[in-house]
This record gives sequence, C-alpha cells and structure tokens, in this order.
Amino acid sequence: MEYFAKKYQVAVIGAGHAGIEAGLASARLGCSTAVFTIYLDWVGNMPCNPSIGGTSKGHLVREIDALGGEMGIAADANTLQSRILNLGKGPAVHSLRAQIDRRAYSDYMKHTLEKQENLDLMQAEIVDIERIDGCWRLKTKLEAIFEAECVILATGTFLGGRVYVGDVSYESGPDGMFPAARLGEALRRMGLPIRRFKTGTPSRVNRRSVDFSALEIQHGDERVIPFSFSGKYIVSNKLPCYIAYTNEETKRVILENMDRSPLYAGKIDGKGPRYCPSIEDKIVRFKEKERHQIFIEPCGENTEELYLQGLSSSLPEDVQLKFIHTIPGLEHAHAMRAAYAIEYDCVDPLAMRADLEFNDYPGLFGAGQFNGSSGYEEAAAQGLVAGINAARKCKGLQPLVLERSGSYIGTLIDDLVTKGCSDPYRMMTSRSEYRLLLRQDNADRRLTPTGREIGLISDERYEKFLQKLELIAAEKERIRKTFIPPSDEINKMLVSRETSPLSTGARLSDLIKRPQLNYDLLATFDDTRPELPYEIFEQVEIDEKYEGYIRRQQAQVDEMHRLEVKKLPMELDYSGIAGLRLEAREKLNLVRPQNIGQASRISGVSPSDISVLLIYLEKEERNDK
Amino acid sequence: MKKDAVAAVATPVGTGGVSMIRISGDNALEVADACFRTFSGEKLSDSPGYRAYYGKAFDGEKPIDEAVCLVFRAPHSYTGEDVAEISCHGGIFITQKILQTVFSCGASPAAPGEFTKRAFLNGKLDLSKAESVMTLISARGEQGANAAFNLLEGSLNKKITEINSSLVSVAAHLAAWVDYPDEDIEELGSAQLEKTISSASAELGKLLARFDSGMAITAGVDAAIVGKPNVGKSTLMNLLTGTERSIVTEVEGPTRDVIEETVELRGCILRISDTAGIRDTEDKVEKLGVERSRKKLERAAVVFAVFDGSSPLSDEDEAIIEMCRGRKTLPIVNKSDLKSEINISVIEDTLGSPVMLSAKSGSGFDELCDSIVKLLGTEDFDTTSAMLATERQRLCCEKAKQSLDEAVAALKCGMTNDAVGVCVDDAITALLELTGQRAGEAVLNEVFSKFCVGK
Repeated sequence: MEYFAKKYQVAVIGAGHAGIEAGLASARLGCSTAVFTIYLDWVGNMPCNPSIGGTSKGHLVREIDALGGEMGIAADANTLQSRILNLGKGPAVHSLRAQIDRRAYSDYMKHTLEKQENLDLMQAEIVDIERIDGCWRLKTKLEAIFEAECVILATGTFLGGRVYVGDVSYESGPDGMFPAARLGEALRRMGLPIRRFKTGTPSRVNRRSVDFSALEIQHGDERVIPFSFSGKYIVSNKLPCYIAYTNEETKRVILENMDRSPLYAGKIDGKGPRYCPSIEDKIVRFKEKERHQIFIEPCGENTEELYLQGLSSSLPEDVQLKFIHTIPGLEHAHAMRAAYAIEYDCVDPLAMRADLEFNDYPGLFGAGQFNGSSGYEEAAAQGLVAGINAARKCKGLQPLVLERSGSYIGTLIDDLVTKGCSDPYRMMTSRSEYRLLLRQDNADRRLTPTGREIGLISDERYEKFLQKLELIAAEKERIRKTFIPPSDEINKMLVSRETSPLSTGARLSDLIKRPQLNYDLLATFDDTRPELPYEIFEQVEIDEKYEGYIRRQQAQVDEMHRLEVKKLPMELDYSGIAGLRLEAREKLNLVRPQNIGQASRISGVSPSDISVLLIYLEKEERNDK
Repeated sequence: MKKDAVAAVATPVGTGGVSMIRISGDNALEVADACFRTFSGEKLSDSPGYRAYYGKAFDGEKPIDEAVCLVFRAPHSYTGEDVAEISCHGGIFITQKILQTVFSCGASPAAPGEFTKRAFLNGKLDLSKAESVMTLISARGEQGANAAFNLLEGSLNKKITEINSSLVSVAAHLAAWVDYPDEDIEELGSAQLEKTISSASAELGKLLARFDSGMAITAGVDAAIVGKPNVGKSTLMNLLTGTERSIVTEVEGPTRDVIEETVELRGCILRISDTAGIRDTEDKVEKLGVERSRKKLERAAVVFAVFDGSSPLSDEDEAIIEMCRGRKTLPIVNKSDLKSEINISVIEDTLGSPVMLSAKSGSGFDELCDSIVKLLGTEDFDTTSAMLATERQRLCCEKAKQSLDEAVAALKCGMTNDAVGVCVDDAITALLELTGQRAGEAVLNEVFSKFCVGK
C-alpha cells in the first residue's frame, strides 16, 4: 500500500557519477536532498574501464574539482596509477588519466554521501514520477511516496536496461544489477522525448592467467599530479598497466563470426558511441590496420581482475574467448566476466536548457547518460551543474550556465542542448574551439572564482587559491625584471638546445618564451629563483610561452561574446518570425536558444537566419522603447 | 556597447573628381588622426564636430594626398556614431591607398550596407526602412536563404573551399592525434604539416596577388605617363586613346596640365594621365603643371616612363629613372624611327627592359600593349577563375594568410602543435567568413548588403 515517506527540496534518481555530484552539490548548497539508488553497494560504480580522466575527460575532472565537485578528490584518494597523456603535444592537450581502485572508489563515494549533511542516501527503485500541484511526486517499488521541488534524473544505463551477449539478451542494469524497468514508461507518458542508446564493455580476466612476459609494461609518471587542486591527497603509483596487441588471427576470428554479433545482425536498435567503438567495429571500419592496441588495466588492489581496454564486444561468449586467446600474453587468459553491450533509455537533450532543466517541465533536470552522453566524467560534470541549478532554483536564484569559452563542462552542455547527439556523446579536446585557453592546468584559475560564488569552495581553499594567484603574479614580475648576462656556460647550453646564444643580457622571461627552453634548463643561470611549487612555474611558463597564441584565441572568444550577449527570449515563438526558413523555425522552437551565439551553433540554422533574428531583436527593442 | 570603427569608400568607385572615405565608430576620430594631419595642427579627436579640416592624408610618414576631412560627433551623424569623412582626389589608386591606410590605422572594412545598419541600430533610421529590409529578407527566405547568403558563387567559393578543406583535414588529423593517444595514430611530421599549410598560404597569396590585376579588369587602374619635355608623351597618349587630344608640338613643354583619359586595352581599364613634362621651369603656369605631374606620378598604380631614343640620356631622364625606382613602371624608348643615340642599359638596370616605340608611326604598339598587360598581370588573366572582388574579401584572405604564415613560423621555431592549431583555426574561421558559411559579425552584416556601399 502506498504511504507518504518524506518531502525533500531536491531528489536525485541514481547514484552513479552524475547522481553523486548532483546530490552532493545540492546538499552542500543547503537543500534537503534525497539520492535513490537501485543497489546501495555500488554507488559510483565503474561498470566499464577502471580509470578516470584521459583526453579532455581529465580536463572535465579538474574543472569539476575547481568548481567544488567531488570526483577529483575521490579519484586522488583511490589512484592506482597516474599518467599525463599527450605530453610533448602541447599544454592545451595534456590530459591527466588515473587508474582507479574500483571497489575502493565506490566505497569512498558511498561513505562521502552517507556523511554529507542534508543528504539521505537510500536504496530504492523509483517506478513512477508525476507532477502534482507544482510539486514532483516519486513512487518507489515498495510504494513509498516522496515529494520534491526538483528532481534530477541520473539513471545511467539502468533505465530500461537490456544486456546483449551474442544471441543472448535479457533485461538488466550494468554489472548484473536490476534495471529500472518501469520509470521509463512514466517518463514516456509524461511526454519526454525518450530514445534508445547503447554502449558496451570488454571482458575481465584473472591476473593469474596472463603471461606478462609477452606484454609491454606501462608505468605511471614519475611526477604524479593529482586531479584535485585542493592537494588533499598525495598520490602515488601502486600498480602498472600493460599493453598487448591484436593481430591478423584476432581479425580473422572476429570477421568469421560477425554474423553472430547482435549489432551487425540488427538486433540492437540503440545507437552506440561512434568514438568508443567495439573491437568488431574497429576491425570492420579500419580494415587496413594490422593491429590494435589493448591496454590491460588493474581493477583494484584487492582483486585479480584485469580490464582489457580496447576489446569491448557484443559477440557471443565463446567467440570472445577465442579472439582473446589469439592475443600474445592472453593465450590462456581466464575470463571472469564476459563483454556485453547494454541498451538503455535516454532523453533527447535538445528538450533541455544549458542549466539542464527541461524546457517544458519546471523543476525537472537531467544529467549523465540519461542526457545522451557517455563516460563517467561527462556524467559527473553534468551532475554537478544539475545539482547546483536544482539547488539554486529551490532558493530562487538565477541558474548557473557555464560558457563554452570558459570550460569543457560548458562546451559539453552547450553541445548537448544545442546540437543534440545522435549517439552517446563523448568529450574530446577537438570539441572545444578554445583549447589553448581551456587547459587542464588552469582549470582553477578559470573556475574556482565561480565555484566560490556559488558556495562550493571553502574559505580555506579559496584563500589557498588566492595565494596561488599572487605567487604567479609575483613570479611573472620577477622573470620580467631578471636579466641573464651572457656567459660561456649559458651559451653552451643555448647552442646545445639549438637556439641562438646571447651577446647581451636577456630578460629571463624572453628566454622562457623560447620553445627550446624551459624553467628547469634555466635553473642554474637564475640566481634569484625562489622556491615555489611546481604548478606556479608551470603556469608562468605556459602564460609566457604561449602568450601570443593565447591572445589570438582570446580574440576569437571576444568575437563569439558579441553574439552571446544578444539574448533571445525563452518564450519566443519562432514560427511567427517572417524570413526564417522552415527548418530554422522548427529547430529554434525545439532548442529555444538563450542567445544569438547559441542559435548560430544549431545545425540547420544558417547565417541568414541569424541575420533575420538579429533584425527581429533590434526591432523588438525599438518597439519597447 | 562599444562599436569599433569601420570604414569604406562612400562615393561611387572610380569616377568623379572627388572620393569620400567614411570612418564611423567610437574610435573613428582616433583612426582618422592616425592617417590625416590637419594643416592647422588641430587634432580631429579634439574637434567639437561639424567642422571641415584641410590637411593631408599620410601613410605613416609618407604623404598620400591633400584632402578635406569633415568631423561629426555622435549622435548627430549619419550613423549616430562619431564620423570622419575624408574627401580626397578621385581615382581608384588614391582612394584605395587612403582606405588601406585607414584600415591599417585600426578601422575594419565596412561591409556593404554597414553604415546604414549602424544608423538603424543607433536609431538614426526609422522602422519603415528596417521593415523594407525585413521584407527583402523574407522574400529571399522563401527561396532558400542558404543560397541568398552564399556571398560568392562559383570560382572564388570553390577555390576558398578547396583551400579550407586542406586546412580542415590538417586540423582533423591534429585532433585525432591528441584525442586518441592510445590508438597509435601517426604523428603528422612538422615537415608535412608545414608543407600543407605553406601551400595553402601560397594559394591565398596568389589570390591576393591577383587582386590588383582583378581590379585592373573590373574597376580600372591609374596610370601616369611621365618623361622630360618633348619625349613624345602626348603622342603616346594619343596613340593609346586613339584621339588627338593632347597638344603635340615640337616646342618643349606645352602640356601644362594633367590630362586624363580612360582607355580599355586588351580587357584592362587604364585611367591614363598625360602629365606635363617634368623639368625645372620658371614659367608659373607650367610650374604648376609640373608640380601636378609629380603628384600624379606619386598616385599612379603604374607608370609609363618615356625616353627619347634619338638623344643620349640627360640628367632629367636619370632623375625620372630614380623617381620610378621600385614602382610598377614600364620604360618606353620613343622615336625608334630616328637614329638611336640612347644608352638603354642605364634604363634596363633600374626599370627593366624598355619597349622600343615610334609613337608617331605606331610601330612597336603591339609590343607596348603586350608589355602593359604583362606589367598589370592581366596577361593570362582568366576572368572565370577565382578572384577576390571586394576589399572585405581581400582582408579576410589576408587575415587567413597571416594566420597561416604564423602557423608556419610556430612550426619552424619548434612550438607545440596546439599553438600551430590555434593559428590554423583562425585561418579556417577567416576563410569561412569570406565565403559566408560562418555567422561571424562580418557575415551577419551582409544582411544590409542590399544597399549600395556607404549608404
């Protein structure tokens, strides 16, 4: 029998990476918050790779941290190995990636939520959702009724989840957990644009069965940089990773069994992630490639399970074993879990705004895979923004909208709500036009003031941040005033680095500007160098070295801003604007962009449509006067 | 909101004795001050407005032309912003020269209709005018506004798209290379990158180089005939124009003023000035003419330097050679019907190989025409191939080229590829704006392009 349980300000459905950040942000901003999960023992589960970060995803984690989110700190507390990817390709694309102890991370997150004031973490499957008298009403499987002013849907792959392994398929959430079988129905009934996406994960094998002598070992970086700017945890490397390669035989086994793949047999309707393909996809699409790299990653310190990155598949179990055994080092690998594909319900994000609230459902927010994205970091980033905005709505504050030119989080959300996605959206550095400005190393300089303003950055942490800015400014001043005289020693070094020797004294800042030089190389010639943390030197060096390019990119941002300040009213009916093409009218009515800049990024809206909008705006403004 | 200065020629191009360049925007008067000096020494930016200033337009320290500058103060001006209007002598070369200087002093090119657009946005035009623009747009919208705003159809668009796609593929490879560090994607070697970027830059360079030739074909160029008195300048003028317009006499120096004539020569349009013979003279009227000749020479895009083949080079000839040094000059040795007394090598050393001509009999005329066309670069000018048609396009193209050259410089000095990428992205943006595929400010403003330039 139904019973009324409790009323909260914010209710979060799901305790994955999106739900965690959403719940924590809302509770930390002072709202009474409920977080519901189907299975309490896997809060913040990593059903796919046991790692956090990677290209552009590392940027997201550092931004989440800079704004006061939890993911970076939790990752630092549970890191097995840490590496910066793309070193040597330039600071814009440096990306931090860490192997994570999956069990420990989940326990850490569960405990963090349990300890959080204002937050109630509960195991319950939500089976129905309704809006009654301006309030959201949630019903659990056990017939408890909860009420909330705002609801955040962060259902991940649980919503209508269906697992496929070859010709076998069954209703299931990730990792064999129960799916959320009935909530999707309720959402469809409400009229949300629900659709099916799919994703997949590779097999896990037992460490005892792997021949490591045939594999390349991959160690973590010597200088380990934590995700969190807070410096809360000292991170060190505990376990290595390994690299294996597929070969012609792997290819042959897969191609021979393609007819047994449910994807190729057309049994799965859901759209899979283009940018995270299964091994059979890779082999079909890149036929000419002789081999593919496979990363073998530890799942934790207290388990022998190893993750096979690059081998996700929906082929039947027997075929999986067969192709794994073609790989040198894995000939006798014992698979503990089979690779599987999972299909799930998600929403078309065009139905929501950049604050992640649905246009037509006040108080209803979405985050993570439910919004059509893929990846833990993408999910956490949206969860944070949805949590902040749900709390702000409860308090009657203006929503937080992060700009595309200011963060990868802003870029991710803008892409989702403006361009939409036809397959699970994965963040990539190439999605940002402003890569040189939006670096992972300066995420705190970009976003911590915002985090502070919102109320997620403590006094202590903010103080530390301000000190960092002062140190950077002072060091910049110092290197501009420091002159290095010519000497045999320095000229020897300069020539050896293939850069021109000094004939007169040179400003230290000018030497640092040279691409061939860096702080370390100049140490012995720099007598007045103060003892400073590595990140201070890093910031100063990048600012100096890339100054001209940064300025160039800033000019691009400024130009975009000129379009972003021209706001479009939410309630504008585009069908009534003469001159807009039909396609543009439809798209604009669907997306309801907040400003001209956003409108210009909608596919199907041409420069001429934008001109029509500009004139319309000016005309309206004049009418108002 | 702050409005940066824009400028354009507001009078019809190429005709009329006076051209007017309008600069409008918050910093219009500062821009004008940077390229126009009043004889009175007053600063235009100190002007209360509604005054005319007599002075000179300068390119850096180099005077271009005497001109009058009118100053208007916001909001009482055509656009509702601060406005400077520089009226100079007509003729494409001078006008373009001043306009380019205005751009280099900080103004951006006004897109067609921009002044009107600003006037509208600043409330200087009434709604009915804006309504008519709306009607225009909706009319075009019905037919598919995609095509309507595709600024350039045909060859230029094709060319730019081709160049851009090579850049986009570079950008895409760089992106894949950083986004998939685990997929062992081959690194594009800096040599290969440099090659692609340099060749795109060279293609843009070709387009830019063709701009002048294109102007010669579409709008015409200013040419001046110079030479000491009585070398046959007027005869040459008559030969080119096919009329007996200049006074041809055997007595030195009767052409006392500049005579201008527009001729079409193998498809290019030349506005030729026959100048008074350049020589030291006491005759007051003639002196004035000589002075004008010198000025005309300064302004001309091409110079025809005429020498008398029947007598040795004089000091005056050598002064003329010096004057023409470094300019687009065609040396012509006239009177080839008479006995040659001239030492051609002196001319050749500075100005290149001269055309031998008898302006009187017309022998050598074909060679003259060949040389002129060659000098203008219109020799093999294919009017169907890509051509930059406006100053705005030229600037987009130049901006793209500069960005690419900076990308190459970054590669050469060993900068990381993310910095190179920033420059390549900038170039791509500029090219997309050129073709109207990107909704940058420049393209948005095309909405008013239905008005003629300036108004």
